[in-house]
Amino acid sequence: MAEMMTLGKALNAGLRKALEDDPKVVIMGEDVGKLGGVFRITDGLQKDFGEDRVMDTPLAESGIVGTAVGLAIRGYRPVCEIQFDGFVFPAYNQIVTQVAKMHYRSLGRLRLPIVIRIPYGGGIGAVEHHSESPEAYFSHTPGLKVVTCSNPSDAYTMIQQAIRSDDPVVFFEPKRRYWEKGEVEFSDFPLHASRVVREGTDATVLAYGPMVKVATDAASAAAEDGRSLEVIDLRTLSPLDLGPVYASVRKTGRCVVVHEAPGNLGLGAEIAARVTEECFYSLEAPVLRVAGYDIPYPAARVEEEYLPDLDRVLDAVDRAFGW
Amino acid sequence: MTRTPTVAARTAGPGQRLTLLRRMLLIRRFEERCVELYSAARIRGFMHLYIGEEAVATGVMAALTPDDAVVSTYREHGHALARGVSADAVMAEMFGRVDGCSRGRGGSMHLFDAGARFYGGNAIVGGGLPIAVGLALADALTGRHAVTACFFGDGAVAEGEFHECLNLAALWRLPVLFCCENNQYAMGTALDRAQAVTDLAHRAGSYGMTARAVDGMDVEAVVQAARQAVRAVRGGHGPRFLELQTYRFRAHSMYDSDRYRDKAEIARWKLRDPIELLCARMRGDGQLEAADLAGLDAAVTADVDAAVAFAERSPAEPVTDLTRFVHSERRGTR
Repeated sequence: MAEMMTLGKALNAGLRKALEDDPKVVIMGEDVGKLGGVFRITDGLQKDFGEDRVMDTPLAESGIVGTAVGLAIRGYRPVCEIQFDGFVFPAYNQIVTQVAKMHYRSLGRLRLPIVIRIPYGGGIGAVEHHSESPEAYFSHTPGLKVVTCSNPSDAYTMIQQAIRSDDPVVFFEPKRRYWEKGEVEFSDFPLHASRVVREGTDATVLAYGPMVKVATDAASAAAEDGRSLEVIDLRTLSPLDLGPVYASVRKTGRCVVVHEAPGNLGLGAEIAARVTEECFYSLEAPVLRVAGYDIPYPAARVEEEYLPDLDRVLDAVDRAFGW
Repeated sequence: MTRTPTVAARTAGPGQRLTLLRRMLLIRRFEERCVELYSAARIRGFMHLYIGEEAVATGVMAALTPDDAVVSTYREHGHALARGVSADAVMAEMFGRVDGCSRGRGGSMHLFDAGARFYGGNAIVGGGLPIAVGLALADALTGRHAVTACFFGDGAVAEGEFHECLNLAALWRLPVLFCCENNQYAMGTALDRAQAVTDLAHRAGSYGMTARAVDGMDVEAVVQAARQAVRAVRGGHGPRFLELQTYRFRAHSMYDSDRYRDKAEIARWKLRDPIELLCARMRGDGQLEAADLAGLDAAVTADVDAAVAFAERSPAEPVTDLTRFVHSERRGTR
């Protein structure tokens, strides 16, 4: 039965289900227990599952992730919460040097079923360290899987799938969408698959996480002008699932990629390269990118200027048509 | 003229006490106004208040000279004001205006003023410690007899950087004064829920440096301890560590519902309000009349009024300038 809930609540429900389903699932992080997390994603879980399964840790991101490696080697399925995107960097060493490589280094003998949850992106009036989109750093690292949800139902399903995955998964949560409601139902749709969320014929718009709503809003606006945009939610950033993207671009001939992270060497660059390689003879225009600017995340006062919005997406679509 | 530190008496003179009181009052009134401005959405971004902890910054800064350096945290309005960054520049920064000490780009958590040798608030817990060690290393290498005072909270003690930095500073005998503001909570998690050993001075001592715990609600005790420590650091005896035991009277941030602290505990700490403590002591010594306090309060309130007016007059940085200073700008190149 589908139930209406916020994206944050859906994550909470997904984590609860994972804790119920598998006694080896443990949650650890700063303030995840008694406080229930800064964004209340783990609210009530320590009370119901106890301090051994929902663990408040010291402020030690490298220690949290490093400890999770040991737990995972011993058969646990740790879910680490990183409080804000910018706080993941003290743990970057552990994630890149240990988490990503242990399986490879042990020729597959050691599995690290670790989920690293990271609230990311802007739009909540915060600043640098609290509004960043660091997904490309992790997507660039072989050995890690990287996913992001854009709506409550995916949040509920994908967090459970990520926890069940035998590979380490960096799970990016669009923090500004935590409070947005939608119908929630568990789905069999695979974790590492992109999805067409709105069909169209004139241009393909790719987005993920917090930008999916911006892209669908842009498609609605474009429809009023008689232009039909197909929107694809990428969902999985590493590995990328571009099959549906190629099929769409071969149909539309135009492609715009949208993300909050800075454009330079962002996910959009990789996607543009691959779409160009695969769909060269179908393209009517170069693949265009709509991204954050190549600057550190700016002050709250001007974040609306920084964040890609409906107008910037529509402008890119116009440019694709004007080529 | 260099000030020669003297052995601090338990009781400072009335003049110094008035100075300390005025600084603490300024920080308190400044932040109370910030709350109002935040509620009115004049100040945006995250904001963490120092109310209750004023004696720590005020006391430590009183032991420093302008040549010394300060590295701070995200709860640093009090540090900046006590260090002498003007209330105007701090308030303009809170507003995100160009006359702010970080040109409006930093906001509440990233106050920065190289002129005051105030090397920044920092939103990463423990992130300032290596910076302080580097500053001190630079001073040691160039033979400057300056001290770097590094503030951080009890939460930072859990971070790897804390241990790396205490070790480095002790190993290389660097002139760092580590000032651990132990306000009992790493955001929402109590000290004894996060630390196996809650005696933080004891832990610092294991790195081979003199470390002591100080009543961080008593500004005169802080001044005395800081002077002693600064003297030793400046004298080339390596780093010193002060655990300043204090308490924040307000929630962690403007968004925090503060449901992890017992109301009775908060009330108990409020009985030791650092401003009230000093006032009571001065009254007992016949150094403070009711009219004096009212006058002082009016004066700092006027300072805060002026700072708000200054901030409101200051323009915001044009959006078109946001791409500047990502890299250094040499003359003639953009």
